[in-house]
Amino acid sequence: MLKALLSHDLPRSRPLAALLVLTVLALAAAPFLFPGARSLDVAAKILVFAVLVGSYDLLLGYTGIVSFAHAMFFGIGAYGVAIACSRAGDPGWPAVFGGLGAALALSALLALLIGLLSLRVRALFFAMITMAVAAAFATLVSQLSTLTGGEDGLSFSVPLAIRPSTDYLDDPVLGADIDGRFVAYYLLFAAAVVLVLLLLRIVNSPFGRVLQAIRENDFRAEAIGYRTVVYRTVSNVIAALFATVAGAMMALWLRYNSPDTSMSMEIMLNLLLIVVIGGMGTIWGALLGSALFMLAQNYLQDLMKLAGAAFGDVPVLGAVLAPDRWLLWMGLLFVLAVYRFPAGIVGQLRAGAARRARRTGASP
Amino acid sequence: MSHLLELRGVHTHIGDYRILHGVDLAVPRGELTVLLGRNGAGKTTTLRTIMGLWRAAQGEVRFDGAAIHTLDTPAIARLGLAYVPENMGIFGTLSVRENLLLAARGARTLDQIDTARLEWLFGLFPALRKFWLYPAGKLSGGQKQMLAIARAMIEPRRLLLIDEPSKGLAPAIVLNLIEALRELKRADATVLLVEQNFAMARALGDQVAVMDDGRIVHRGAMAELAEDEALQQRLLGLSLGAHQ
Amino acid sequence: MNLSTPAASVPAPRFDAWPLALLAAIALLALPLVGDAANWATLTLAGLAMGLIVFVIASGLTLVFGLMDVLNFGHGVFIALGAFMATTVLGAMGVAGGWAGRESLAANLGAVAAAASAGMLIAGAAGLVFERVLVRPVYGMHLKQILVTTGGMIVGEELIKLAWGPQMVALPLPPALSDVLLLPGEVTLEKFRLLAMLVGLLVFAALLLVLNRTKLGLLIRAGVLDREMVEALGYPVRRLFVGVFAVGAALAGLGGVMWGLYQQTVTPQIGAQVNTLIFIVIIIGGLGSTLGCFVGALAVGLLANYAGFLAPKAALFSHIALMAAVLLWRPQGLYPVGAK
Repeated sequence: MLKALLSHDLPRSRPLAALLVLTVLALAAAPFLFPGARSLDVAAKILVFAVLVGSYDLLLGYTGIVSFAHAMFFGIGAYGVAIACSRAGDPGWPAVFGGLGAALALSALLALLIGLLSLRVRALFFAMITMAVAAAFATLVSQLSTLTGGEDGLSFSVPLAIRPSTDYLDDPVLGADIDGRFVAYYLLFAAAVVLVLLLLRIVNSPFGRVLQAIRENDFRAEAIGYRTVVYRTVSNVIAALFATVAGAMMALWLRYNSPDTSMSMEIMLNLLLIVVIGGMGTIWGALLGSALFMLAQNYLQDLMKLAGAAFGDVPVLGAVLAPDRWLLWMGLLFVLAVYRFPAGIVGQLRAGAARRARRTGASP
Repeated sequence: MSHLLELRGVHTHIGDYRILHGVDLAVPRGELTVLLGRNGAGKTTTLRTIMGLWRAAQGEVRFDGAAIHTLDTPAIARLGLAYVPENMGIFGTLSVRENLLLAARGARTLDQIDTARLEWLFGLFPALRKFWLYPAGKLSGGQKQMLAIARAMIEPRRLLLIDEPSKGLAPAIVLNLIEALRELKRADATVLLVEQNFAMARALGDQVAVMDDGRIVHRGAMAELAEDEALQQRLLGLSLGAHQ
Repeated sequence: MNLSTPAASVPAPRFDAWPLALLAAIALLALPLVGDAANWATLTLAGLAMGLIVFVIASGLTLVFGLMDVLNFGHGVFIALGAFMATTVLGAMGVAGGWAGRESLAANLGAVAAAASAGMLIAGAAGLVFERVLVRPVYGMHLKQILVTTGGMIVGEELIKLAWGPQMVALPLPPALSDVLLLPGEVTLEKFRLLAMLVGLLVFAALLLVLNRTKLGLLIRAGVLDREMVEALGYPVRRLFVGVFAVGAALAGLGGVMWGLYQQTVTPQIGAQVNTLIFIVIIIGGLGSTLGCFVGALAVGLLANYAGFLAPKAALFSHIALMAAVLLWRPQGLYPVGAK
């Protein structure tokens, strides 16, 4: 039954399975294990990014399309909820779902347009056009400041059920405060689980197989009779929709949204980093990669501060290990991954398991 | 007597496909050798392997005694090999003039090209003079072929590799082509000519090699093959006596 | 015998001037919208200056793409290197009455020239490293190319932050260059903008000269059409490519110096910011065409200045709208280069 739930896309490697189980359990019990505001925030971000990066993996890893506009859809989802909630004085769930609905519609339309207009052109062309469109959209959002709050963004309140100020129980249970935040976290967790499982289902379906065939050799796929433009466009739209929902999740958690938190090129590049390091074409890579990345972003810097303090006086080493330079190491890891480990961490673990299986003659 | 070009046991793979299965070929100096064979026999692959465009997986290619199968294409060309591919390799948006200038490695500018030689080419291929400044892509098929061969002749080359020049050309043009290649022979050039047009092959060839399924299955003088109808039937599935 | 035009030869086909007409159309359309002739002239000159700087930056990128089918998403690193080198050189030369600080035009030009040389050198060197380490291993694999060069941009930006710090650095114009020329009809033009225009035109002329009048240029143009055949004719195209890549990087460095002075501030993100703009320019111009890049850059520069004056909020859209309009007219860009 577990296999069916995971759409038969098993880790196929003991270390990988162990890591995944550990990650999921840690996320499931986060409010109890890591009760601090900051650590819960990191956990929530991991959930959101697992969905967002998973949707990007559908596009990049399975369909073979590089798009620089993915963060735009994330932003649309976030702004949908943000605008709907900030307009309504005391937002309830209808407002939230109304905003999400509008955002989904907009994303679908944009994804459709981008798909149809640009997918007939070569990959390089497409990547450039998405970059231009994303930049234009970000500027648009900044300009429409009456609607979107411009560069400063929007702060808004969320439905009563998930407001931090809402207390369900006076006393903490097992170390966790049972308040609106608690509920919000588990709402995100449930959504993330459903969406990731859904992604697994999609990529392991006949549709997903055709996408992979197109990725490998679109010429042949077309010759066999699959209209590649249609499949690519549909993939584009599905990925955009998932990203939009992830954006809505993010907005509900932060109760704030601005171009920087959701649509910046920085976020887009982070997506690229995560999907490649985690493992393209695996979906599991999105989960592992997001966890790794968020932990690094928030805690590696502390580590580096320690290292930097130790080496502080050594001229170059001190600067290179400075906490702000963590992105440098991520970037180097990314480049290394593209060359040597195209299937990322997940791919490496699976390959290792396969090698071991071949040697011992057993199945992994 | 050493040959100008020798292939020994050459195997070439393209991806998973094995095309050449041990080709042994020798091209004698100063003569025109014709490489015959059906479509898919591996003739073009042989030429491309000689030019280094595809690497031989096994075996060796020797030019004037020196091994060239490990060199890259520009180095091979600089040894004096000229290649006229099946698709002619004409630079369409460049003018006829520019196409020729490119082929003349020794000339930085137009004035440095040997005028006498250019006049000789104009004599053989009048269309070149006529369309001198015109984009080469706008020339007719036959004219493009003339330009492609002229490019191989603009400077003296030690070996010319020509791939199916008569393909798709009208019979009248083919006659022009034969005449041009005869001129080349008169200049003592060494040529390896891939052709399916047996009449043209017979008119020009001194030596002949027949290829089938990635191997050379017959070697010898053209005169012999031309006389022996039974051999023609066996190797090429045709009998030229009836067609002439 | 006159080889350049033998007797009775068919004349070369006529030059395609429609894209130039587009340029004129944009300028003329803006005149009634701006209303004031003097204002329009000032905007037009500013637009041309900006356009020429963008051309210098983008020219290397389009050439590299045309020749080797490589699109360097990290081209912004070279721009940033040039801009930052300018801050260092001009900063050093501006101290205590140095060349960059004096009122003398000659001294100022000398300082800018020094900055430009330094920028081009560093950017060119970075280009060589980029090509060897990042681009060469993934030649022919487009997906990996996009990823790897994007990674290069991330790493490059971080290294720049390492060297110059993550904050914005001011790059003030040397005094004599920030003077404004008063042209007839109350049209104003900053001296620096005039310099930028001259530099841009010089680069354009030099590129056209090399591409169309020299054998090297002929090799590059032929290589764009059929790389394999050029190799079969005996020319080492790979080596040529490395050279073109380095020159492209150096040009981006030069453009970075000019852009930094144009904006008067430099941040490590400068590369990423200009990246989007130059992508739009080379798509409009036609990937691989220098003339197309020139016309595209001028169009974008003009449009940016007119839009900035008439409808500031629409500025970035003007580029996208122009790109969409051009692609509808000519899907391969203004001057398509060869069939790929």
